[in-house]
Amino acid sequence: MNAEARAEIRRVLRAHARLPVDPDALQDDADLFQAGMTSQATVTVMLALEDAFEIEFPDRMLTRSVFESVNAIAGALQELATATAA
Amino acid sequence: MAISRPVTDDQTAFLEELLGNGVLVASGAPGVYGQGECFERVRAGFDALLTRATADLGAEQLRFPPVVPRRLLEDTGYLASFPHLAGAVFGFVGTEAEAALQSERVSAQEDWSEFQHMTELMLSPAACYPVYPAIAARGRLAPGGTIVDTGAAWVFRNEPSGDPARLQSFQMHELVRIGEPEPVLAWRDEWAQRGIALLRGLGLDAELDTASDPFFGRPGRMLAASQREQELKVELLVQIAGPEPTAVASFNCHLDHFGAPYGVELADGGVAHSACIAFGNQRVALALLRAHGIDLASWPSAVRRELWPA
Repeated sequence: MNAEARAEIRRVLRAHARLPVDPDALQDDADLFQAGMTSQATVTVMLALEDAFEIEFPDRMLTRSVFESVNAIAGALQELATATAA
Repeated sequence: MAISRPVTDDQTAFLEELLGNGVLVASGAPGVYGQGECFERVRAGFDALLTRATADLGAEQLRFPPVVPRRLLEDTGYLASFPHLAGAVFGFVGTEAEAALQSERVSAQEDWSEFQHMTELMLSPAACYPVYPAIAARGRLAPGGTIVDTGAAWVFRNEPSGDPARLQSFQMHELVRIGEPEPVLAWRDEWAQRGIALLRGLGLDAELDTASDPFFGRPGRMLAASQREQELKVELLVQIAGPEPTAVASFNCHLDHFGAPYGVELADGGVAHSACIAFGNQRVALALLRAHGIDLASWPSAVRRELWPA
C-alpha cells in the first residue's frame, strides 16, 4: 500500500475516528482501540473508507482486527485491491 | 402491517394454544397481547423469584415509566445502532380545522400522519436506560460503585411478529451494576452462572452462549462482530418454539458506553463502567408454559415451590 493510500487512511481517521489524540501522532502499528476509538466510531470509519477507496468490505472483514491500526486497514485494502485485480 | 420475520408452524401453534385457552389475549396487533390469569401467575411468580434470588445484592430499587425523554436515547447512539427497533411518541399539533380533517381521515381509514408531530418522548427500549443519568445526577459514585434493581419495566421494540416469544411490548427486569471496570465485568460473569442455575432450577434446559445485539444493517454487522469478539454479551437460551432456542435473559458488559455519554463518575473521577443482567419476563413465562404445559396444577412440585413458595 503506497504512501498516498496511507495518507488517505489517516485523513479518514482524522475526520471520523473521534480519537482524543491526533491520529498523525500515532505510529502505523499503533492500536487505534487503545487510543480511544469506539465501536460506533469504527463503523463511521469503515463507511468513510468505503467511500474514499470506492470499495465494499465483505462481511468477513467487518471485525475489530481489520480496523485496529493504520497497518491493519492498509492490509485489508491491499487484499481487496488484489482480489479485484485478480 | 408488515410481519418482519418468518414464523414457523410450531410458533403459530403455540400462540394459538395460548390464545385459545385465554393464557394470552389478542389485541389486534402482532406481538402485543393481554395476559390472562394463568400467564400472569407464572410471570409474577418468576419475577418474585428473581427478586428473592438477587436480594443478597442489596440493590437500590428504582422504577421508571415505559417512556423516556427522547434526548436520553439520542445521547447514546441508540438511533444509530437500532433505528429499526426504536419507537418515538408522536402527538397532534394543529388548528381546530386540522383536527377536524384528521378526524375525517381517521373515519375514512386514510393516512392521518401529517398532523402528528414528534414529542419529547420515546418508548423505553430497555429497563436500564433511565438509570444512568439518574445515578450520574447524584455526583461521583461511592467507592465500589452501586447496584440498581429496575423491577419489571415495560419496554418496546418495533418488530411485529407472529412468534409469541417475539413481543413488541414486554417486561424486562434488570439489575444494573455501575462501578470500576474489573469488578463490573466479574459481576456480570458471576451472574451469568447464577442465571443458569436459576432457570435450570425451574426445569428449563438453559444454555449460555456468546451473543450480539440486533444492530441494524452492514454497520450493525461490524458492531455485532466487535461485541462478540469482546464477549460483551452472553445470553441464556431456552427452546420455546421455532428453529432455534430463544434468549430469555442476557448478561451485558457495556464498558463505558453509558458511563461516558451520561457522565457517570467513579469515586476517583474516572469514567464508570456498567453491566446489566436482564430477564425477559414474558419469555421466561413462555418457556415455562412450553416446558410444563398450561395446566399449572400439573407442574412438577419442585418448580411450583420455587415459583410460588407457601
